[in-house]
Amino acid sequence: MKLTLTIWRQRNPGSRGKFVSYPMNDVNPEMSMLECLDVLNESLIERGEEPVAFEHDCREGICGSCGFMVSGIAHGPEPATTVCQLTMRHFKDGDELVLEPWRSRSFPFLKDLVVDRRSFDRIIQAGGYISVSTGSPQDGNDIPVGKEVADRAMDAAACIGCGACVAACPNGSAALFTGAKIAHLGILPQGKPEQDRRAVRMVAQMNTEGFGSCTNIGECTGVCPKEIPLEVIAKMNHDYLAGAWKERHKVVTAITPVTDWELAKK
Amino acid sequence: MSTAVAGPHATRAPGFWQSTNGKKAVMAITGAILFLFVIGHLLGNLQVFDGPARLNAYGRFLHNLGELLWIVRGVLILCVVLHIVATVQLWARNRKARPVGYKVKKSVASSYADRTMYWSGPIVLAFVIFHLLEFTAGTIHPESRFIPGDVYHNVVAGFSVWWVSAWYIFSLILLGMHLRHGIWSMFQSVGLNHPRHTPVLKQAALWIAILITAGYISIPISVLAGWVR
Repeated sequence: MKLTLTIWRQRNPGSRGKFVSYPMNDVNPEMSMLECLDVLNESLIERGEEPVAFEHDCREGICGSCGFMVSGIAHGPEPATTVCQLTMRHFKDGDELVLEPWRSRSFPFLKDLVVDRRSFDRIIQAGGYISVSTGSPQDGNDIPVGKEVADRAMDAAACIGCGACVAACPNGSAALFTGAKIAHLGILPQGKPEQDRRAVRMVAQMNTEGFGSCTNIGECTGVCPKEIPLEVIAKMNHDYLAGAWKERHKVVTAITPVTDWELAKK
Repeated sequence: MSTAVAGPHATRAPGFWQSTNGKKAVMAITGAILFLFVIGHLLGNLQVFDGPARLNAYGRFLHNLGELLWIVRGVLILCVVLHIVATVQLWARNRKARPVGYKVKKSVASSYADRTMYWSGPIVLAFVIFHLLEFTAGTIHPESRFIPGDVYHNVVAGFSVWWVSAWYIFSLILLGMHLRHGIWSMFQSVGLNHPRHTPVLKQAALWIAILITAGYISIPISVLAGWVR
């Protein structure tokens, strides 16, 4: 099949970017979006041009490395699919696909379709864990967890941190990501002891990163390759409001990131 | 080019009001209070169908509340101010959150009412100011005389002007859309969401918004049609 890929090309954060159209004449419908870019890159390298930079790792939809906008929709038009799993048969012969990187102040641009998503790492560092003392492990059956509770936690834990929620949100909010990370631990008994501190610290980091606010419209859930429900945002708000009150005597700190390319800009 | 973090430093975290979540909770609670007012105001207004005596007596009752009336007005004004200040601050923040926009962007899950909250809100605010000047202060009362105390006359005379009624109906439809999103969104903002209850709540929000809009709009339509005169 024939496709035209219109791709955002930008060498580095400092240079000016532009859209470049690449006509492709021999796209195999069984290829994934990323394989289609691989084929394009082969031809670009043969012609002596710079290949298109994009992130990828597992190519089976579970690592969260890949992701870009395909004609205005994060991860493309197929629901619950990452771009590495998005096969080209979903498009029509002759289609033009516009590929753009995630656009967010908190995801600084790096190159072509690659952005810096370490703001997500810092949100997890702020509290997305449980503290377990070393020593011999407790017997698993000592902590009863109901099936429904485990299912809810698993639904939230399915988040792969790809950033599509931020990219799709008209406000650039990271509420779905932060909510998923707060919820999947807070729902389980192992996560309960640190629930208040976790919510307060992760929300504080999220707000320090410069993400926008949630307006509860659900665009994030609509594009999420793991279909994380909006319920996790309510769980975040609930835990944050309760935690902010219970932990009001504590001084909460957050990390303000300063990266060297930001310094280079100044 | 290395992108290693050169110098992360700890800063004091944003407080409750500085956090987006805190502001949304304030918007939810003030929105809930304003929603209750919208229902109460509708129930009061519908007495227009019981004739002049009933509506004017209700007007006198409200004015005789004295200090209590001003306490209620004070709470409502405070809610309006907080609701708007939080919205404007979040709007400014959200604009900064995406400095470079998309060439192509499609919506996949949100409704028209969801996406137009930033429009329905300010238009409803402009309407409320006009509405207060017309029916409470009486400074704007096109094509007729405002009679303090004669609520029934003021309503009928006001809505007999076609563009006043049209502006009222348009604004109330926008208020309905604002409520259609707001009624369920306020539960989400204060952390209440349940896989079983939330779908019911969303449906209820739609019908409550339709009922409220229909209730309010019935008044200018009845005046224009000559059923209330």
